[in-house]
Amino acid sequence: MRTIQFREALREALSEEMRRDPNVFLMGEEVAEYNGAYKVSHGMLDEFGDKRVIDTPIAELGFAGIGVGAAMNGLRPVIEFMTFNFSLVAIDQVINSAAKMLSMSGGQYKIPMVFRGPTASAGQLGAQHSQAFENWYANTPGLKVIVPSNPYDAKGLLKAAIRDDDPVIFMESEQMYGDKGEVPDGEYLLPIGVADVKRKGTHVTIVSFGKIMKACFAAADELAKEGIEAEIVDLRTVRPIDYATVIESVKKTNRLVVVEEAWPLASISTEITYMVQKNAFDYLDAPIRRITTADVPLAYAPTLVEEFMPNAAKIIKVVKEVMYK
Amino acid sequence: MAKTKFSKETYLMWYEQMLLMRKFEERAGQLYIQQKIRGFCHLYIGQEAIAAGAMSTIKADDNIITAYRDHVHPFIKGVEPKYVMAELYGKFTGVSKGKGGSMHMFSQPHRVFGGHGIVGGQIPLGAGIAFAEKYKGTNNVTLCYMGDGAVRQGALHEAFNMAMLWKLPVVFIIENNNYAMGTSVERTSNVVELYTLGESYDMPAAPVDAMSVEAVHDAMEIAVAHCRDGKGPYLLEMKTYRYRGHSMSDPAKYRTKEEVEEYKSQDPIQRVLTTLLEKKYATEAQIETINDKVNLIVDESVTFSEESPFPDASELYKDVYAQEDYPFIRE
Ligand SMILES: Cc1ncc(C[n+]2csc(CCOP(=O)(O)OP(=O)(O)O)c2C)c(N)n1
Ligand SMILES: [Mg+2]
Repeated sequence: MRTIQFREALREALSEEMRRDPNVFLMGEEVAEYNGAYKVSHGMLDEFGDKRVIDTPIAELGFAGIGVGAAMNGLRPVIEFMTFNFSLVAIDQVINSAAKMLSMSGGQYKIPMVFRGPTASAGQLGAQHSQAFENWYANTPGLKVIVPSNPYDAKGLLKAAIRDDDPVIFMESEQMYGDKGEVPDGEYLLPIGVADVKRKGTHVTIVSFGKIMKACFAAADELAKEGIEAEIVDLRTVRPIDYATVIESVKKTNRLVVVEEAWPLASISTEITYMVQKNAFDYLDAPIRRITTADVPLAYAPTLVEEFMPNAAKIIKVVKEVMYK
Repeated sequence: MAKTKFSKETYLMWYEQMLLMRKFEERAGQLYIQQKIRGFCHLYIGQEAIAAGAMSTIKADDNIITAYRDHVHPFIKGVEPKYVMAELYGKFTGVSKGKGGSMHMFSQPHRVFGGHGIVGGQIPLGAGIAFAEKYKGTNNVTLCYMGDGAVRQGALHEAFNMAMLWKLPVVFIIENNNYAMGTSVERTSNVVELYTLGESYDMPAAPVDAMSVEAVHDAMEIAVAHCRDGKGPYLLEMKTYRYRGHSMSDPAKYRTKEEVEEYKSQDPIQRVLTTLLEKKYATEAQIETINDKVNLIVDESVTFSEESPFPDASELYKDVYAQEDYPFIRE
């Protein structure tokens, strides 16, 4: 199979959907003439023209709201945030408008749109440019939240998100755009809300999603050398969450470690932990553990980034603890 | 050459300060390529007259706040370059203890209220700092800097309205370098004379040729006096140019070489140098002495940064809450 970059997979998804449906358009900062801040939309202005690939001023609240209004009136906007840190300027329109519209209109106004862009940290970018809001958005009924970890998933899920009739938050990573992975030539869709067992194992389940999956794979490779076979479940979607796949895996391995690049309080790992203890309590041979970021804003200095982030070494240590090794 | 009302000392100060800003930023650019400085790194090269022209108009108790293109603004308030360089290195001796980095230069003793990373976020903050001065009954002025891209944020309009309504002593200073990343001002609005944005709120405003430090000084003097007299905010649009890309990772393909050369031919530092020599305010030898002094300051800032330690891992949970024993979730 051919291998392409994560950003190319996203671009294929966007372009295929725009060819298929004239009501789909892409709007955001630097998406058109600059070819995308991270080159996701490279070449798309040339193909689709400035009616459908639209540069905006730095006015997130305004263009997010314009997207919601356009969706209320029959279009299918894809709104790009240069990063999700800047979505906070727009979050009122995402939460108060997009997520509520169908419900408060008694089912009259669907919001078939996607808000997408990179999430979480990308090296030493300092406190305001390193935040992960997956759980913030996942907390909100009315939204769906997708966080893919490889090019194949990214393409299939972005296509599904664009075709979905509900507002979807689609979160990528600056540190994944260059990653290469196998993506078939033909068209395919992946279902929203279905987790994927990315690695089979019998001793311990590691649940994660998005970029930090890379640390899970690195940890699993190391653990395998010591005879510990970790099963890795990629949630892929954090609203809705595919609890069944997680619970099924835990019933087999009897141990669970959740890895998440986010602050610990009220996080996705908190949620997974609750549901697993409720539904698989009798299967657990050790307390459920998690690895999150530190409970602080991410500082710039490399020493503090190292302390803050989940990484393979930290995962290995916790896995061994739940294995009582 | 036209007569000038500025003294020899003022010109010498401007020359030295602008050269320092230029050399400091050039070195920062080199250090970024050497990966001594990480993350995003936005240089001020070309825009120096805005900072230097402010230095000759404000006093020690006045306040400054800006966005992420913030390496030289602390100099306006007398922060020593080495502490800014150390911050760029992420060292514990930096202005923000290595916790802020390139985009977040703070110095409370100097009344430098930071570099801010969310475009436009500092605009209401600047008004708030001014609000506090008025509340406390001082006559201190706040300089609130922003880019041309930032003026398209809704926050600007809410802040402008309240700043006028409550006559807050804040000078809003747009550093219009004509680009917000790759987007030119003309591509963001029908309103391209940015100083006119004050009109809807009756805010006095003026455009300024910010390639001329004299022009910056003159405009700042009027605006600062207006604020200090309790007449409320003032808006200045500094027409400037950044010679480099938006950040170190921007190849700046959206503009022509000719355009860049056109602005470089009006270089603010070169203009002051010409004045100094033509008016015989300084000899070539004296200029050499200043150049050497500036180079030494920059060299020393690098040595200082190299020799300084990174923050210790134990700093992770410090400076997050004012409460010293805040119970973090620690696993
Ligand atoms: C709210 C928000 N949106 C987007 C960005 C990404 N971004 C960083 S700088 C920038 C351009 C800003 O240009 P301008 O205000 O003209 O300032 P300049 O860089 O020219 O000094 C953008 C879009 C951001 N930091 N914050
Ligand atoms: Mg600009």
